[in-house]
Amino acid sequence: MEYTRRELMTLAAARKIRDGEIVFCGTGISMLAAMAAKHIYAPNSVIIFETGAVDSRLEEIPLAVGDPRVMYGASSCTGLADAFALMQNPTTGRHVVGILGAAQIDRYGNLNSTAIGEYLHPKVRFSGSGGACDVASFVDRTILFMQHERRKFVNRVDYLTSPGWLDGKDGRRRAGLPGGGPEAVITDLAVMAFDPESREMFLEAWYPGGSPQEVLAHMEFAVDVSRARELEPPSARELKILREVVDPQRLILG
Amino acid sequence: MRIAPDKVMGLEEAVSRFVPDGAHLALGGFTCNRNPMAAVYEIIRRRRKNLHLYAHSNGQGVDELVGAGCVARIEIAYAGTGRFAPTCIRFRKAIEEGRIAFEDYSNYQMTLRFLAGAMGVPFLPTRSGLGTDILARWGFSEEVRAADPRLPKKKLVVCENPFGDWAETDRVVLVPAIRPDVTLLHVQKAAPDGTCRIAGLAFADMEQARAAHHVVVTCEELVGPEALRDEPERNQIPGVVVDAVVPVPYGAYPTACYRYYDYDPVFLNDYRTAATDERRWAEYLERWVYAMPDHAARIAAVKERLSAIQADPRTGYATGLKR
Repeated sequence: MEYTRRELMTLAAARKIRDGEIVFCGTGISMLAAMAAKHIYAPNSVIIFETGAVDSRLEEIPLAVGDPRVMYGASSCTGLADAFALMQNPTTGRHVVGILGAAQIDRYGNLNSTAIGEYLHPKVRFSGSGGACDVASFVDRTILFMQHERRKFVNRVDYLTSPGWLDGKDGRRRAGLPGGGPEAVITDLAVMAFDPESREMFLEAWYPGGSPQEVLAHMEFAVDVSRARELEPPSARELKILREVVDPQRLILG
Repeated sequence: MRIAPDKVMGLEEAVSRFVPDGAHLALGGFTCNRNPMAAVYEIIRRRRKNLHLYAHSNGQGVDELVGAGCVARIEIAYAGTGRFAPTCIRFRKAIEEGRIAFEDYSNYQMTLRFLAGAMGVPFLPTRSGLGTDILARWGFSEEVRAADPRLPKKKLVVCENPFGDWAETDRVVLVPAIRPDVTLLHVQKAAPDGTCRIAGLAFADMEQARAAHHVVVTCEELVGPEALRDEPERNQIPGVVVDAVVPVPYGAYPTACYRYYDYDPVFLNDYRTAATDERRWAEYLERWVYAMPDHAARIAAVKERLSAIQADPRTGYATGLKR
């Protein structure tokens, strides 16, 4: 069955979400992955937005986390203070998986969504943290979306907006950060993971038709590829739900 | 803050009284939802200058104020309007071309800063941002901070947990309070004394209103003095914190107002095209802001599109809207 890279990326992320988890998502493909997970693998997962909507039913795809569509059928709708407190307090926060994206990433999963070049005089300016830094600072685990390009997988991010594993090993604990950190990076070429000891990124799986060499050619730093395998292609059922239930208008699938 | 039974006035009067040049300003709403757009356009039309803006994730309102040259400095967590502009276009240009001073925070930090202002404490603690450049890099120098008594002397401060290891926390980030000169909000219903009823997500409107010295509220519906008193638990903002109440139907347009109308994808897509090019941007400002006598005229100019964005009573947005 034919499928697009974007469909595969969405499903690769959705497969990482466990039933019963609280899923924090931002805009675009992360929202799509959260919805796909709920419809396919994790029916008891709960989608939350930083704007304060908890357990949204999402009859239509929101185009922003402030879109009124995030309120549909929600369990509660309050505001930012409430949403971030839910993620930061350890009782609920330990069950949150955050899905984030960025412009740059380093080998420890630290993210830049602020600026390319010098911060005060940037070559390219992006939106900034929004809630990404807040989520990356304290939820139990994060799944990251990236385009796999050399200029995006860099030795050093130009601005560290959202903390990953910082300088590796127990870097988060030394910095005073609670909780876990990045668990996977989903790109248009591969799924990357992080070593449980060193916290360095490694290749978990490349996409059907690709290769570890192709993945490495699209990064400024090298990663371990010895544990890698080819990713399972999407099943007919996964694609059917994604296309017919999750994004029938192809607003985000394109 | 003002105690009076009737604070109803026109938008021109509210902006001329409460938003002078150089004002420190906060906007309610979020990205493409319930931005106080009518008030934003009135500020632009009056060619206000040197505003200092406090924003969490204000999309459209911030971008238009920045693009029109009204803003000198901005403290911000996120500048984007969802899929319509993943990074706000005029904001991006203003920073890349060095036309505004800026300083970055996270959304929770900004929310807590407004809450600290509302509470009357100098700062609040959070664990957000440890180990990041949001802590390490300042946007405003010590000199800029020293020159404006409305700015704290420092950006963010890391502090050891004074309670030892209580709550299993070594250290926290202290975020300084914000006290805007004025907060602008758009709400669904308001009474003449300023009592507000917001439908749906309140974002950080409650904290932003309570943190400010003055609050200007525009509303879809101005209701009678008793109309919001029967179910006060549904009201988010008490009249005492509000200075001015301005009835402006479609006051959030082109952003959404839950249970009234959706965002207008046609306008926002046209806006993106205009914002990308200097000549078209100047034409946009002339046509849609300077040449418009008021917001009602702007809404009259798009009246054939309003039926498409009417909210469906079942969902609160325009179900099936072509986006």
